[in-house]
Amino acid sequence: MTGEIPLWEVFIRPRNGLAHKHVGSIHAADEVMALQAARDVYTRRGEGTSIWVVPSAAITASDPDQSGENFDPAADKIYRHPTFYDIPDEVGHM
Amino acid sequence: MALPDALLELADDHLVLGHRLSEWCGHAPMLEEDLAMPNMALDLIGTARSLYTRAGELEGKGRTEDDLAYFRGERDYRNILLVERPNNDFAQTMLRQLYFAAFMEPYWQAALDSTDDVVRGVAGKAVKEVAYHIRHAGEWVIRLGDGTEESAERMQEAVLDLHPYTGELFDEGSVEGEGALPSRAAMHGAWEATMKDIFAQALLDWPEELGQMRGGRTGQHGEQLGHMLAEMQSLARAHPGAVW
Repeated sequence: MTGEIPLWEVFIRPRNGLAHKHVGSIHAADEVMALQAARDVYTRRGEGTSIWVVPSAAITASDPDQSGENFDPAADKIYRHPTFYDIPDEVGHM
Repeated sequence: MALPDALLELADDHLVLGHRLSEWCGHAPMLEEDLAMPNMALDLIGTARSLYTRAGELEGKGRTEDDLAYFRGERDYRNILLVERPNNDFAQTMLRQLYFAAFMEPYWQAALDSTDDVVRGVAGKAVKEVAYHIRHAGEWVIRLGDGTEESAERMQEAVLDLHPYTGELFDEGSVEGEGALPSRAAMHGAWEATMKDIFAQALLDWPEELGQMRGGRTGQHGEQLGHMLAEMQSLARAHPGAVW
């Protein structure tokens, strides 16, 4: 039965000020039902204050076969990480 | 009839419907509904627990929520017939839920002004839960009613099967409308408005003239309730007082 029903990706924002985070996927016939299914499946333990659902078909994903050319060149560029700066204590968390 | 008895009626409605919904757990047509129905069941059973406890306190005979839920027989249950109707297919389950939720939503709204602290507390929580039940069941009724040929047929059949059990929702006891609990009859307008709005979107015919079935409030139930209670109560009766 679920083979005919579109798949949706679910994003939940746990608290105000945080970003929506991908939590999983659900099947639903349309966007109204998708929001309800997401609520029922992913927020039963108080996980969220906001839900986004996106048709899985609307997501363009990178090709795993290209992961070498996509991501490996970043590996040896440690100067891009801001780990060489001393942060004064007064600044606190950054 | 005193307030504890009226609370018991309300609690029985919630426990029986909650248990019926829980019977879908592991059997729902899709995983999403396998979680959605028990979610609603837990809302209803939670409400029932508070009401049983309050009924037991007011009665003053030391009966607990478990005594009231597990150690009363079928003839002592006072739920309306609608909530004990078997699940049958998904269309029937969703319509039964909608009929009940569309009644409870204005009822709990009115109960926010109850003279009883516990009823007020229960109402404050339940009013949000039941608003979601209307949305969830309502959206399904709309999609099944205005869906495929088969889903529309089954939905209309569900209406003919269940509509005769809706009149009992509005039957008053003697304490309704006296302060602690709202009048049931007064909910009819709001209930019908919600239902007719959803039926119109679902392309379902609203049945005008259907004979009404009654008896639950006096303990005269259909044969299915006994089977349901036998299963629901078996563990507590085999191991009285067991806790986990």
